[in-house]
Amino acid sequence: MQYEAPETTKAAVGLLAKAKGSAYVLAGGSDLLVRMKGGFVEPDLVVDIKRIKPMREIRKTASGFTIGAAVSCAEMNENKALIKAWPGVVEAAGLIGSKQVQSRCTVVGNLCNSSPAADSVPALFAAGARAVIQGPRGKRKVAVEDIPVGPGKNALKKGELIEAIELPARKGKSGDAYLRFIPRSEMDIAVVSAGVSLTLDAKGVIKDARVALGAVAPTVVLVKAAAKAIVGTKLDGTALEKLGEAASAACSPIDDKRGTVEFRTKVAAVLARRAAEIAYKRAGGK
Amino acid sequence: MASESTMAHPFEDAPNHVTPTVIHDPVLARTDFKSVGTRPLRPDGLDKVTGRARYGADFSMPGQLVGLVLRSPHAHARIRKIDTSKAEKLPGVKAIVTAADLPDHTGGDQSMYDILENCMARGVAKYDGHAVAAVAAVDAPTARKALKLIKVDYEVLPHVTDVDEAVKPGAPLVNPRLLTEGVEPRPTKPSNIAKRTEFGHGDVDAGFKQADVIVTRSFRTEQTHQGYIEPHACVASVSPDGTGELWVCTQGHFVYRNHCAMLLGMDVSRLRVTSSEIGGGFGGKTHVWAEPVALALSRKANRPVKITMTRDEVFRASGPTSATSIDVRIGARKDGTIVAADATLRFSCGPYYGMWAELGSMTAFACYDLKNVRTVGYEVLVNRPKTAAYRAPSAPMAAFAVESVMDELAHKIGMNEVDFRIKNAARQGTKASYGPVYGPIGIGATLEAAKKHPHMSAPLGKNQGRGMACGFWFNFGGQTCTDINVGPDGSVTLTVGTVDVGGSRASIALCVAEELGVSYEQVKCIVADTGSLGHNDMTDGSRGTFSSSMAGIFAARNAITVLRERAARMWEIPVDDVKWEDGHAKAVGEKYGNLAPLSLKEIAAAAVNTGGPIAGHSEIVADGAGVSFATHIADVEVDPETGRSKILRYTVIQDAGKAVHPAYVEGQYQGGAAQGIGWALNEEYIYGKDGRLQNAGFLDYRIPVCSDLPMIDTQILEIPNPNHPYGVRGVGETSIVPPLAAIANAMSNAFGVRMTHVPMSPPRVLKALEAAKKA
Ligand SMILES: Cc1cc2nc3c(=O)[nH]c(=O)nc-3n(C[C@H](O)[C@H](O)[C@H](O)COP(=O)(O)OP(=O)(O)OC[C@H]3O[C@@H](n4cnc5c(N)ncnc54)[C@H](O)[C@@H]3O)c2cc1C
Repeated sequence: MQYEAPETTKAAVGLLAKAKGSAYVLAGGSDLLVRMKGGFVEPDLVVDIKRIKPMREIRKTASGFTIGAAVSCAEMNENKALIKAWPGVVEAAGLIGSKQVQSRCTVVGNLCNSSPAADSVPALFAAGARAVIQGPRGKRKVAVEDIPVGPGKNALKKGELIEAIELPARKGKSGDAYLRFIPRSEMDIAVVSAGVSLTLDAKGVIKDARVALGAVAPTVVLVKAAAKAIVGTKLDGTALEKLGEAASAACSPIDDKRGTVEFRTKVAAVLARRAAEIAYKRAGGK
Repeated sequence: MASESTMAHPFEDAPNHVTPTVIHDPVLARTDFKSVGTRPLRPDGLDKVTGRARYGADFSMPGQLVGLVLRSPHAHARIRKIDTSKAEKLPGVKAIVTAADLPDHTGGDQSMYDILENCMARGVAKYDGHAVAAVAAVDAPTARKALKLIKVDYEVLPHVTDVDEAVKPGAPLVNPRLLTEGVEPRPTKPSNIAKRTEFGHGDVDAGFKQADVIVTRSFRTEQTHQGYIEPHACVASVSPDGTGELWVCTQGHFVYRNHCAMLLGMDVSRLRVTSSEIGGGFGGKTHVWAEPVALALSRKANRPVKITMTRDEVFRASGPTSATSIDVRIGARKDGTIVAADATLRFSCGPYYGMWAELGSMTAFACYDLKNVRTVGYEVLVNRPKTAAYRAPSAPMAAFAVESVMDELAHKIGMNEVDFRIKNAARQGTKASYGPVYGPIGIGATLEAAKKHPHMSAPLGKNQGRGMACGFWFNFGGQTCTDINVGPDGSVTLTVGTVDVGGSRASIALCVAEELGVSYEQVKCIVADTGSLGHNDMTDGSRGTFSSSMAGIFAARNAITVLRERAARMWEIPVDDVKWEDGHAKAVGEKYGNLAPLSLKEIAAAAVNTGGPIAGHSEIVADGAGVSFATHIADVEVDPETGRSKILRYTVIQDAGKAVHPAYVEGQYQGGAAQGIGWALNEEYIYGKDGRLQNAGFLDYRIPVCSDLPMIDTQILEIPNPNHPYGVRGVGETSIVPPLAAIANAMSNAFGVRMTHVPMSPPRVLKALEAAKKA
């Protein structure tokens, strides 16, 4: 196995593009190293991106935030401006594993690993985040929803990597929230999860909403019907109920060691409702 | 469990520990302990917190090979052929063993044969994870490669993993030759029921006729694992001269020695076993798995071999506890008197005969004074790993069922659940449901303490409930051999053969310091290898501190006899005129008034001139382990929309006889409760339809993490055990018995639905809540 730690994105893309056999980007390694130790993957090339300076930065611009692909979840949780603008995204990143895991792991790794139960991903979907992709053919930006394509599979092509995640600027009354269900209090994998992002008008009526669910389908899913159920409302009881119904309807989970179909479908509604309530409050709704 | 056979009962001294003939030891009356009851640091503490302590995988030998085990991917399969030829040719592979390298030396001992077959499948793989071959190679990658090159030709057979499915007619037979024991006449057709046992007295049917209220319910508990953090690990080294050494993580190195020697066809004296520090055992390290295989590999390779199980292997192929299915029926009169109690218990054993339902049957009603009681146990074979002991084995499941029904019955007759139990509690002289008559016991006292405890009357919030439950465990004594050697400087080496799992070195040293009249710091307690002491049973049955402190005290008394003789010689007076007091020899009588007392140090310094080294020895069967009782109180909050629960407050009240080191007694109370909470809420083995274990890791086998638990409150009661010089009872196991029931009762009180299936995981709780809503 060859290990490389280039200092520029260009060099990293070059290595990946030229690689023969299996090549992996290494960010925090909290998925990749575990899989290597377990003998599930045997990479021929590992490209560590942590020495690439721009990838270690969180930048605030007029159009929002750019979070470098090698920024750890712990670093996100230390960025006051980011917390203020996107509390839901940051709290999702802060739920991954433990303090130790968070000091290594990244939201891009979480996204690329493409687990339906990935914690930061529903929050990123709800936030309308975009992934900045660099590859042999240059740069492209795609919605994060287009990255995961199935459990453990992502849409990146050979030689491509994600350089950063972009979060839009927050305007007016808006808020987001993420909730996951785990039987324990930490160190567990989401059985169901929900991310909600809302923008309200001056009167507190929801004018824009995005709702995403985790662990209820082969990938994290953006549930447009759930968003529709609450747009134009003040998140009253009926709206919440409709939101829950739409969330449950969007579930196509499996029965497995982590939860049953019935349970996941029911709890998806509960979490979507509760996350919406938190997001609504954060947006200044009453 | 006793030494030679895993089937011997941990309570085989039952008639003794309930004997009404109290040993009137003058020391028992004493309350003036100087060392006993204090809380000094344990001798292994510093090394453990700094990482210096050596656990099973920390031993290494020059030239050591890496041993890996090939395991069956099938729940049940005939092994037609194992082709190792390709693997053998791989450079770096030094030995491969299969069952053919472990010929049967068990001489008709069925339980040892089962262990042999469990260590390495003989013709049939009986569960997912069953060992079928093993490799020793120069490094791990080579060994892993070799495993892939071994070709096993399996004929997959029908399997059964569920305890209720296994007893249905037509279920696949785990052992097609098995005829149920304990049924008259003996059945002629095989089944998956290995044995039926029955306990009790009185006339249960007549009893139920007197009942005003009867509650009948069925319960299920899923299989759990002890969840010790340290996986099994050992280094084996067999010399061409036929002698061998084994360094291993175990709860009982003498028992491992005896088992391994038998399975390898060696004399016991030719195998020397050294136990490492132990990162948890809880009963799971009372049984050999990889150790005989490591020895066989070393013997074949003529090199030391280390085997360290992965977590996956620990889950799939060590010894979890039983899954159970239990029916309970209890009847009472309106005044709260129980008139009859009946239970049928089906416990899974894995593919081999066990005594797990039997233990459940014996413990089920042990807390109560019952006129008419009956328990029937069925040992059920399934295609799962061979069940091993888990802390008070079988008692938690039985208590879950019985204590749930006790609560329901109390509520039905309109009585407070604590008062109902106090009214029916066993006491001194009660004939236990499993046979013997109790000596002085603590069940009543723990219940009274629970009633008075502030926890019982603390206010509860919305969606919260409080539950309580009682628990019993036999405790065990067993064979114990201990040495005391006084060093030339007067410091004392205390050599024990019981593995220290929970701080017993500190406790035993405290007792010996007490008896000798010296300071705790002057006594260094070590665990010796099997070449250095006579046989010691393993640390199970809560026997470590009970039995080894007893042997330690007797060894100290023998040492004191020697010390008095030496002082007499130094003074040139008759030994009868020398007494031992406060760590000094004192001349008795006016005529010696001017002789200054001799300290242990002074006598030790003179030893070379008075007869040589000073030692005390003791070998005993530590009879009279006092039975143990506890009452627990739990507060639970349940999220009615998700079924998720949280333990808000938890209190353990238990009789310790005498708490030698109260901090470590509290640790045992808290540890057992923590394991019980995990069992109650989330821990379970999950098998797929293919008979394979789905969650062989700590991510999906959910033991509680720190933040899941409240600080567990403890209250130690001291009702002295008359059979121990200081009144000590074992304390290690009873604490895991009540939690399943206490939490189930709390949930039931929180939302009015009786939970009958453990673990009470969120999907199960939510389902029960919804069912109740519909009803
Ligand atoms: C103990 C433990 C607990 C955990 N708990 C949680 C949890 O609670 N919730 C949760 O969601 N996850 C959890 N995880 C999984 C893991 O920590 C997360 O998925 C984490 O976000 C992965 O980030 P990473 O930077 O460590 O990824 P890595 O392991 O470095 O990478 C993950 C995958 O993404 C690829 N990749 C990484 N960066 C890029 C990039 N820039 N471009 C293209 N591909 C890339 C890698 O090649 C690899 O395939 C846990 C893991 C452990 C070990």
